[in-house]
Amino acid sequence: MSIEYHEEDVPHVLAVDDNLIDRKLVEKLLKTSSCRVTTAENGLRALEYLGLKENQQQNHFNGKGTKVNMIITDYCMPGMTGYELLQKIKESSVLKDVPVVIMSSENIPNRINECLEKGAERFMLKPLKLSDVLKLRHQLIKCSTL
Amino acid sequence: MERNQMHRQIANTRKLMFDQGYLDEQFIQLEELQDGSNPNFVEEVVTLYYRDSARFLSNLDQALEKRPLDFSKLDNLMHQFKGSSTSIGAKKVKTECTHFRNYCNARNAEGCKRTFQNVKKEYTTLRKKLEAYFQMSRQVGPVETAYASSVVVCTIRYDTIHSLHLNIIHSNLPLRRCAARSH
Repeated sequence: MSIEYHEEDVPHVLAVDDNLIDRKLVEKLLKTSSCRVTTAENGLRALEYLGLKENQQQNHFNGKGTKVNMIITDYCMPGMTGYELLQKIKESSVLKDVPVVIMSSENIPNRINECLEKGAERFMLKPLKLSDVLKLRHQLIKCSTL
Repeated sequence: MERNQMHRQIANTRKLMFDQGYLDEQFIQLEELQDGSNPNFVEEVVTLYYRDSARFLSNLDQALEKRPLDFSKLDNLMHQFKGSSTSIGAKKVKTECTHFRNYCNARNAEGCKRTFQNVKKEYTTLRKKLEAYFQMSRQVGPVETAYASSVVVCTIRYDTIHSLHLNIIHSNLPLRRCAARSH
């Protein structure tokens, strides 16, 4: 599934990972692939940023007023797993069409199937390679100029 | 002449870390992300890794003092540290982390404690090597560092080109970055 965006030339990606090194890496990989990046260190912060936290008003745009074109999240996180975050995003009428990519250092077929069945666009094994991220950016995010 | 020797030394130091299995392909991924806008990216990430690791290793030390051992907690902590180590290409450290997690799963306390000593030993060894490598690179200067990390030598004599080429293939340096200038 691809998302078309109009406001900016550069896709905006929200990257969620509790590991500091991985967060820095995925940010760099995405920036090198010409994406604007916002990072979050856990699921709760991600939901806050997306305006999906309980008791937050559901806006068309998130609290910051900037649209997110893709969400890439680690699976194993304390508190809320990447799967649970995916669930919350898919339950949202506003954000259910935003492609969500799950990353994991562990290759567990059940986990992969579970995520894909819940609507994850892709499941990627860590550590991510630049070639993977470039491919992802190219395939998932189409640039449309009006 | 001294500068060339320094380049050679840096390149050899780097190559040795790969040949001896301390670093793997993931480290090269980091190097490929380093560019003009972020000329010290690799060192920055590695420095973050030291900081992060200090925390993980300290937590693991404490968790290993508890009686009885909480294997689930130990495994969680090591999963994190293994993740960071994998992300910077710390090959031997990663291997020891895997051994540790296997002992956790087997609920083998002695195995865990023993492997943890190996984890710390490999981490310390790698850290020393990386610190020396980055220090050498810094001494040579920022412009040359870009070469030093990806090219064997800046100036090459034709009669040594054949053996140099073999070196490049063996150490898996990205060929497109290789440059040869004649005197």
